Amino acid sequence: MGKKVLLIEDEPNIIEAVSFILSRDGWEVKTHSNGHDAIMAVRERAPDLIILDVMLPGKSGFDILHEIRADEDHAETPVLMLTARGQLKDREMAERAGASRYMTKPFSNAEVLDAVRSLVPQ
Amino acid sequence: MATLNVLILVCLSYVVFLFAIAFAADRAALHGRGTWLHSPLIYTLSLSIYCTAWTFYGAVGFAARSGLEYLTIYLGPTLVMIGWWWTLRKMVRIGRSQRITSIADLISSRYGKSNTLAVFVTILAVVGTTPYIALQLQSVTLSFATFAEADLTSTSLPNRQSTAFLVAVGLALFTILFGTRNLDVNERHHGVVMAIALEAVVKLFALLAVGVFVVWGLAGGVEQTLERINASEIARWEVPTSRWIGLTMLSAAAFLCLPRMFQVMVVENENEGHLRTAAWAFPAYLMLMSLFVVPIAAVGLDVLPQGSNPDLFVLTLPLNAGRDGLAILSFLGGFSSATSMVIVAAIALSTMVSNHVVMPIWLHLTGGTAVVSGDVRNVALLARRLSIAGIVLLGYLYLQLSGGGTALAAIGLVSFAGVAQFLPALMGGLVWRGATRLGALCGLGVGFAVWMYCLFLPSFGSSSILPQTLFDHGLFGMSWLRPQALFGVEGMDQVVHAVMWSMLLNTASFVFVSLVSFPKPVERLQGAQFVNVFQHSATAGSWSGGLAQSEDLMIMSQRILGAPEAQAFFAAAAQRQGLAGYLPEPSPDFLQELERELSGSVGAATAHAMISQIVGGATVSVEDLMAVADETAQIMEYSNQLEAKSQEQARTARQLREANEKLTQLSVQKDGFLSQISHELRTPMTSIRAFSEILRDTEDLSPEEQSKYSSIIHDEAIRLTRLLDDLLDLSVLENGQVVLNEHKGCLEDLLDRAVAITGGGAGNFAIRREKSAEQVVLLTDLDRLAQVFINLIANARKYCDADRPELTIKTSQKADRLLVDFTDNGSGIPTDQQTVIFEKFSRIGQTKAGGAGLGLAICREIMARLGGGIDYLPGQRGASFRVTLPLNSQNATQ
Repeated sequence: MGKKVLLIEDEPNIIEAVSFILSRDGWEVKTHSNGHDAIMAVRERAPDLIILDVMLPGKSGFDILHEIRADEDHAETPVLMLTARGQLKDREMAERAGASRYMTKPFSNAEVLDAVRSLVPQ
Repeated sequence: MATLNVLILVCLSYVVFLFAIAFAADRAALHGRGTWLHSPLIYTLSLSIYCTAWTFYGAVGFAARSGLEYLTIYLGPTLVMIGWWWTLRKMVRIGRSQRITSIADLISSRYGKSNTLAVFVTILAVVGTTPYIALQLQSVTLSFATFAEADLTSTSLPNRQSTAFLVAVGLALFTILFGTRNLDVNERHHGVVMAIALEAVVKLFALLAVGVFVVWGLAGGVEQTLERINASEIARWEVPTSRWIGLTMLSAAAFLCLPRMFQVMVVENENEGHLRTAAWAFPAYLMLMSLFVVPIAAVGLDVLPQGSNPDLFVLTLPLNAGRDGLAILSFLGGFSSATSMVIVAAIALSTMVSNHVVMPIWLHLTGGTAVVSGDVRNVALLARRLSIAGIVLLGYLYLQLSGGGTALAAIGLVSFAGVAQFLPALMGGLVWRGATRLGALCGLGVGFAVWMYCLFLPSFGSSSILPQTLFDHGLFGMSWLRPQALFGVEGMDQVVHAVMWSMLLNTASFVFVSLVSFPKPVERLQGAQFVNVFQHSATAGSWSGGLAQSEDLMIMSQRILGAPEAQAFFAAAAQRQGLAGYLPEPSPDFLQELERELSGSVGAATAHAMISQIVGGATVSVEDLMAVADETAQIMEYSNQLEAKSQEQARTARQLREANEKLTQLSVQKDGFLSQISHELRTPMTSIRAFSEILRDTEDLSPEEQSKYSSIIHDEAIRLTRLLDDLLDLSVLENGQVVLNEHKGCLEDLLDRAVAITGGGAGNFAIRREKSAEQVVLLTDLDRLAQVFINLIANARKYCDADRPELTIKTSQKADRLLVDFTDNGSGIPTDQQTVIFEKFSRIGQTKAGGAGLGLAICREIMARLGGGIDYLPGQRGASFRVTLPLNSQNATQ
């Protein structure tokens, strides 16, 4: 049984693409597509890794990251942040908020796999 | 026998005595002693310069020729002193409060400090007074000659011309010595006043002595004298009423207007109260002077040989009787009369000449920058001295030129008539606020011209200056312009004729021009100050002691300069004066320095007014106040400018702040916009990249998967293209660069087109329309409008969440506007989102239908360009948008 990845993303095509890539690499991929109850999904699924989009309907990815880091069960869970906004200040904000890794869309599939593998030792 | 030598000796002693008296009085005044100097008696006696040699000698001559007519020249002043006491008091008050220095100064001050007027009055005064000075010189010369003729011991007669010249030089010297010893701001000359008061006593005493001798010594008593008078022609001479009234008025006017009378009456006046005494004492003096005139004339005519000059009876009667002592006394009386008149007249005229003619010219030539007072002082003194010498010399020259043949009294009257021309401007200025500078100038000009033409020039004798034909046929051959029969008025006495016409025309033009001309502000102010002088001026305050003044000055200066600065300034000044402490003596130097210091803070005029208020106790004149007002106005203007500037700066700062806020806001908006665009572009690109990599790298993809991922890539590529199109479209619309292609078209066709493009009623999506209302012809950019309709219909198709989605398109007209409502039956847009749906990149809820959120923003821009609008209509069941279009340029059909 592979490790669990929770993908929090609202764009259906991206969900499909990431799920396809990770599943083929042996990951168990769960998805969630809005910001409101993202933290609930995290608690429910208890993933080994969280892939988090910054712009989500209902709540921003940064706020969700704060909530994750505030939750004692998931404070150490690695979080890979994805953003479509490529500005430097977004990267800084992500690092301050406690993101383990930060990636700008569009990404290459290999990059995603590398990042995920390095964040969760197999 | 009277010896000429004795006379000369007595004369010289008398002059030396006068010098001593004047010197002593000056010294006493300088040291603040001698209160007797300020007694009303001295003032009254000084007024007696009215009685010149003309009255001393001439009155008898007058009486001998014209009987009681001589009384008129005493009657006029008496009437003025008693009846016009109030006017005199007003003149004196004005003179003090305005620091008036001469009659020219008074008239020019009243009419707004007009120097033109001052110069004019000065010239008139000089022309009018010169013959009178000549008259005095002549009388001294004549009386001296009379003595010489009677002196049998002298073998050679003294040269008359040299006598006159010596007398003139002597008088000029005396006047310069005592008239210009110091430049007092108030122009008071204690020494001179004292000397003329003494001379007044001498001449009265001399005339009374001669009178007593004639009545009791020669005639043998009062009764015998009266008999002789009755026997003489004097009693029989009839004086015409017109001449009586004319001469009385003339002498009254002259009494007020003569520069020398103004000098002693107003300028030298120490105390207004003195006028009260003078009001009765001076008429009494005049009465005493005239008491023995008729007896002397009658006895003289009786006793002395036919052809004797009646003008010299006062002298010749004692001489004839062998009373040398009395004769010398009489000579001294005449000498006193002559000298006092010349001295005062020279002082008065020189003040006018130097103040109004020489100084302005000098200041003009030196560029008017004479702030260094020492300079001005010396120049003023020099000007004064030269003027005195010049005026006396002028009198001497006149004497030489006229030959001195005319009867003394005649010259006197001509002179009187000349200065009487001041009267309308003077009196009018005192009582009538409406009098103007122009009026005064015209009145004086006309009066002066008439006087010159009718009296002064003819007085040289017909055909001497004016040709005889002028007298016979008038100017330019016009008979009504004959100098002695103006306007055809013939048979009048020459003097009365000239006085009547000159005064009449003078007054008339003065009043008329004053009425039609408009006074300047200074004139109005001065006018009010003069006319209402009693309301405005208090009697001058007393002089306070030295150090008390310094203390007041110190208090004032501390307020203006600041305490430490003022104390340092005062202490330094005290140290320079060799005094310990903070209070220096208020010496002129110190005051000047202080004034300069203060003027740096409050302006020169204000500083001057403040210091003179404290030190001089003088009232602040209107001129001072005007200057203060000017300065204040300047300061106000300056501070207004500063205020305006600082307001402007505040405005600029506010504008800058606003601009900055706007820029910051724009910058934030730009960041947000860029960030949004980045997001909208990167999202489809992410899918495209991810799936193209999957397609490339994954070998075992099923055909379904291949097809699905390919179509995702295709869809996302289209989404990207649409997004770029929308962005470009919006950018063009927002920058106003869009060009509208207006065409005529029917609304129905347009809606048909939009419905067809969006897929029409395909699927279960129903569109309801009211085609009858859509028969409207529009003139607009039809493609753009269709774009809006397409957007709205597509949105409804995309977002309407009803089970049986339905869109109602309703067309209506309201006023001059066309309304097209697009209402669906979905759940609509939440209230809090209704305001933002037209913003760029706004998307409702979580629906992800691939829109970038630019559609409604573009619609809003298009409708704005078309002159209409698009709004969300709340309160319908579903989402409802209203498109508004103006109708005024379109014609509705059907």
